Amino acid sequence: MRTIFSRFFGYAILVFFGLVFLYPFVIQISSSFKTESDAAANPLSPIPHPFTTDAIERIFVGTGFPTWLMNSVLVTVIVVLARVLFCSMAGYALSRLRFRGRRVLFAGLLATMAVPPVVLLIPKFLVLNQLGIYDSYPGLIVPLLVDATGCFIMKQFFDSVPVSVEEAARIDGAGVFRTYWSVVLPMARPALITLTILSFSGTWNEFPHSLIAVQNPALFTLPRGLADLVSGSLGAGTQYPLKLGAALLATIPVAIIFVIFQRYFVRGAAEGGERG
Amino acid sequence: MSAKGIRGNERTAGWIFVAPALIILGLFFVLPILMALWVSLTGWNGQGSPFTSRVPFVGLHNYTALFATDDLARQDFMTSIRNNAYYVLLVVPLQTVLALGLALVLNNRILKGKSFFRTAFFFPSVTSSVAISVVFLFMFANGGAINALLSAVGINGPQWFSDPRGLIHIALDRVGVHNAPAALADHGVLGLTWWDWLSGPSVAMCAIITLVVWTTSGTFMVMFLAALQNLPIQLDEAGMVDGANAWQRFWRITLPQLRPTMFLVVTLGLIGTWQVFDQIYVMSQGNPAKTTLTPAFLSYRTAFRDFDYGSGAAISFVLFLIIVLFTLLQRWLLRERRGH
Repeated sequence: MRTIFSRFFGYAILVFFGLVFLYPFVIQISSSFKTESDAAANPLSPIPHPFTTDAIERIFVGTGFPTWLMNSVLVTVIVVLARVLFCSMAGYALSRLRFRGRRVLFAGLLATMAVPPVVLLIPKFLVLNQLGIYDSYPGLIVPLLVDATGCFIMKQFFDSVPVSVEEAARIDGAGVFRTYWSVVLPMARPALITLTILSFSGTWNEFPHSLIAVQNPALFTLPRGLADLVSGSLGAGTQYPLKLGAALLATIPVAIIFVIFQRYFVRGAAEGGERG
Repeated sequence: MSAKGIRGNERTAGWIFVAPALIILGLFFVLPILMALWVSLTGWNGQGSPFTSRVPFVGLHNYTALFATDDLARQDFMTSIRNNAYYVLLVVPLQTVLALGLALVLNNRILKGKSFFRTAFFFPSVTSSVAISVVFLFMFANGGAINALLSAVGINGPQWFSDPRGLIHIALDRVGVHNAPAALADHGVLGLTWWDWLSGPSVAMCAIITLVVWTTSGTFMVMFLAALQNLPIQLDEAGMVDGANAWQRFWRITLPQLRPTMFLVVTLGLIGTWQVFDQIYVMSQGNPAKTTLTPAFLSYRTAFRDFDYGSGAAISFVLFLIIVLFTLLQRWLLRERRGH
């Protein structure tokens, strides 16, 4: 009797919070296919009446969305590839290679991770401005190429892997670079996937950096363009179906990756926990 | 191979391997901090380079103005501190309790379909803060989903994003205190009256608080869940044998074992909540009546809208200090607890 009651109670809680966490997305999806008056009159309804793709079409012809999408794809692809390479290299060196200054570098890495990102907004702008790359693709991309947390995750991973396989390769006469490329990297696959996933979602969703790095609308990424849409670059009306649709399209890539690779996101959250 | 053996070329290789990371992090983390420290001591207005002799050096003025000078800059800064403090005070406990509660339910062995719900609870925390802010703007709009839900249960919802009234002021109004008592309204500290300090979070801020609790709980839930799954089941069973009920077992057995995770979640929560920026930028820009202004947004606004980069940088560093202080306080409390 008691287990039946607590089971029922447990499911009630799960379903209630399931609705709380998912229904906003239901509203978002349905409202993207509503007319503006329908969205305003029936904000809770999950069914568009009438159904229209008008807002979605206007996203592509009436806003800078296609440009933002291209920029987001460009930035994300470059940043993910660079982070996977540079962070794994740095993590490997900090974990395995013996060289003078290694401890100092690792302490510096931990210190970098402790700096709250939002505090760096003005400082980063100053550097971009001084280097003459403010409001350009390099300014948008280069500062994101390495992520301290990514280096830390890779270092932790290499610390946890036995050194014997590489030693064998090294004794066979392979140099440091050969060993790294053909023995270490293939072995590090799980950590590299975690790093790829975290870099992808982090870069795809990155907003404050694009805010201080560029001001030319041709260089906007999706989050920056969305924020611009909301703050009234649209002109008349609230145009919620259009805004919600644009936000929806920007969310889809991360949603797909999340559903497929959820356990890596979980691992990422746990890694984030370990550094505390 | 040289006489040094297989580790011979590691010295150079090590530096080559860390070089890309070192250069990027040095250029865009370390150097900026030094540059911003300098700029925070100047009155640079964004024209030309901040490192020429034409830029006025003002010493610590940008810092003292935030605390000592009785003018608008201090009032804005103190307002932003007040707003963010109420925000932290609500978000950190709410998200921690919600995350722990959801993790406990999901850790229950008699329930099925848990992986679906775990995915559902976790999903909001991986979405873009800007995209999700758009959704919540719509839900909290005057005729939006939240007010539709409220009116279904007979409550007349507020105009969320144009309502600057503080929750404590509203509560006092309900019990008959319609105007500020003179004792509170005529005196104050650091540029705000006591009445203003005691406003509570504004209605608009509450909408943002709801959004943030909703998005961040998932991540912390995953941390709690990982910790719960690592707990030895024998202790709980021993408690059951001794006749402890579920509530007693939670307080006496589970919760004490979760202490490290709890401190971690609260620390990350404190660090994160003092940095709230994206949601403010998209949803309210500090309005209405500056009640959603936070130090992070104020620092951005001061630099990039008012072109007072020196003051903006100074606000950043004070915010940095606040976050460091809270982290240290947290560490210190943790050590105290462990000593027992």
